Amino acid sequence: MKNLTVAASPHIRSGNSTTRIMLDVIIALCPALIAAGIIFGLRAVALTAVCIVSCVLFEYLIRLVMKRENTIGDLSAVVTGMLLAFNLPVTFPFWMAVIGSFVAIVVVKQLFGGIGQNFANPALTARIVLFLSFSSQMTYWVEPFYYQNGTAAADAITTATPLAMLGQSGQLPDLLEMFLGLKGGCIGEVSGLAILVGGLYLIIRRVITPTIPLVYIGTVFLFAVIFDAQPVYQILSGGLMLGAFFMATDYSTSPVTELGKIIFAFGCGLITILIRMFGSYPEGVSFSILFMNILTPYIDKATMLKPLGAKYEKKRSA
Amino acid sequence: MAIIKSKKRLPGIHPAYHKHTMDMETAMLPVPATVSIPMLQHIGVEAVPVVKPGERVLVGQKIGDSDAPMCVPVHASVSGTVKQIGNMLTSGGKNVKTVVIEADGQQELFSAPAPVRADSREAFLQAVRESGLVGLGGAGFPTHVKLAHKDTAKVDTLIVNGAECEPYITSDYRECIEHPSDIADGIKLVMHHLGLTRCIIGIEKNKPDAIALLSKQTDQMGGVSVMPLKSLYPQGAEKVLIYCATGKILEEGQLPADCGTVVLNVSTVAELARYFRTGMPLVSRRLTIDGDAAGRPGNVMVPVGTPVRTVLEFCNTDLERCRELLMGGPMMGIAVADPDTPVVKNNNAILAFSRPQVSYSKTTACIRCGKCVRVCPVGLMPAGLERAYDNRNLPMLRKMKVNLCINCGCCSYVCPAKRDLAAKNQLAKQIIREKH
Repeated sequence: MKNLTVAASPHIRSGNSTTRIMLDVIIALCPALIAAGIIFGLRAVALTAVCIVSCVLFEYLIRLVMKRENTIGDLSAVVTGMLLAFNLPVTFPFWMAVIGSFVAIVVVKQLFGGIGQNFANPALTARIVLFLSFSSQMTYWVEPFYYQNGTAAADAITTATPLAMLGQSGQLPDLLEMFLGLKGGCIGEVSGLAILVGGLYLIIRRVITPTIPLVYIGTVFLFAVIFDAQPVYQILSGGLMLGAFFMATDYSTSPVTELGKIIFAFGCGLITILIRMFGSYPEGVSFSILFMNILTPYIDKATMLKPLGAKYEKKRSA
Repeated sequence: MAIIKSKKRLPGIHPAYHKHTMDMETAMLPVPATVSIPMLQHIGVEAVPVVKPGERVLVGQKIGDSDAPMCVPVHASVSGTVKQIGNMLTSGGKNVKTVVIEADGQQELFSAPAPVRADSREAFLQAVRESGLVGLGGAGFPTHVKLAHKDTAKVDTLIVNGAECEPYITSDYRECIEHPSDIADGIKLVMHHLGLTRCIIGIEKNKPDAIALLSKQTDQMGGVSVMPLKSLYPQGAEKVLIYCATGKILEEGQLPADCGTVVLNVSTVAELARYFRTGMPLVSRRLTIDGDAAGRPGNVMVPVGTPVRTVLEFCNTDLERCRELLMGGPMMGIAVADPDTPVVKNNNAILAFSRPQVSYSKTTACIRCGKCVRVCPVGLMPAGLERAYDNRNLPMLRKMKVNLCINCGCCSYVCPAKRDLAAKNQLAKQIIREKH
């Protein structure tokens, strides 16, 4: 008898793994990808593919350069690529998207230590960098189903997003159309239905808890009611649904405890509605989440759990 | 009093039960050729051998004892001749004095069966000490110390632990099924001698037969009730059980007696009753033998000191096929390196696997998913503790209360990055102890 394995307990582990979690997120993002393909045509799918491939490639290369273990197998770069693409308009040039991937993976994620170590959401920060660098391309919205008329993206009729319309008191689109995603906007954020399906999948699979999406969307709704600013439209507009279910719930950049999550999501909701109501930008989801990302370590520190039966020594006077 | 409901619950996990041996009646192991009986089979002080090599000993004869308060006497589990007294590495991880006895197969008793009498609390505690009893649930805390709480007015509740939340193990369950009257007698004894007014028997809901049988058995006993508990690991952990049964929180540094309770395992209680009926101290243990490499899984009554090898061979196990041997359950059990490791009093299972149950070899980066925090029954933050341990940040380890970790292993179990969170907590506790 030989080779008996001796290790510390526990001797069994759950079947869960980082790769499995990321795969679940990818599956949860697929309804939104399909919706994007239907609403904005094949170029939306191609743009997503460009982001995924460039993100994975950058992840592979930077780990090689840094002489670190290869981590593309955990699929987190695929998730980042999908989320980045979902935050771009369908007409966005591919080469600019590749720059976005570089910012997300190399600058925001790997230079801070890789998965679990980044202080800000990579895809979201890349979106903001692209937004500030290529403002006109980032706000070039085309009508849904433009591709059916045979027009190239560059010649498509532009349209305003519902959020811009809200600001201008123009004719608002039908609520059902808003929910299905028949409106101008970034490719992955338009269909509330598709995001909801994906979000529910994540909750059922216990990848995320419903705390952050519920509190985030609830806060926006509540303040929209207070400000009398079309609450239902506020929820279905812009990147709120995508942000609440997929970006604000990012493990690395959101608090660990449930109380922390509530504070975090409330902050996200409050800043979103303040930017939408009073800011110079029509959309505030990315800025609000980024801002709360930066506060996350402090929220974590302030909401540390008190273990069952813990006793703390009273601080001695100095 | 019959069945009462548990109102409280704490977080935990749902590992697969694997309770294949629930319906398997306890078989008797034939007397082994030799037994190696360690002088330390409990938490506390090692006993000193009181026999010499070459001396003939009988079943139930005391072979080790000492005057230290945290010492429990050790008795011979077979009749035969003391071959040698040497040192041996036990499953507890300590190198302790061990009395090796060559059995003669006669199983001659040291004294004829006779009831043990105790007229006072002191006499009762002394008798419990003489029985060699330790906590049979796993931790092995000396029972006579556990029962000797000072504040007699405050302690009024006996909690009998029949949760048996570890996967595979059914030895406590078989105790409930095969000897419910012993459990009832043991409860009576403890309640009577310690002046307790209430007893709660906690059993997980996945053992309905045990719940039914014990509630029938204790139906006429005043103050005794059975409490079905949610099937959730670690339901049987002392702190968790006290909270679920009484709603009381065991505070840092407190013992169960400080919140008015005494917690005993079902097998400990039954063993206590048998000692007071026959005078035979604790010399054998019921073990659940299971695992994919175990040829014939089942429950076996094994003399203390029997090598693991002998027990497995009795169960038609091909030792060449075994790649992992666990003493105890898969969550908190100990992986042994040597199949000749002896069975000790607080063992309750031997699991034999043809391949290590944890198959991967590397851990990945923490992704801050927070699962470890959500499953921790005592509300610790294992990922943060791991970081503090890796940085040797002792003030942070103390602040985050690593000392409250009950080593249940839930955090390691759920971690998607496969990090050894529970093991790190144990190491952290160790460095804190050393720095004191």
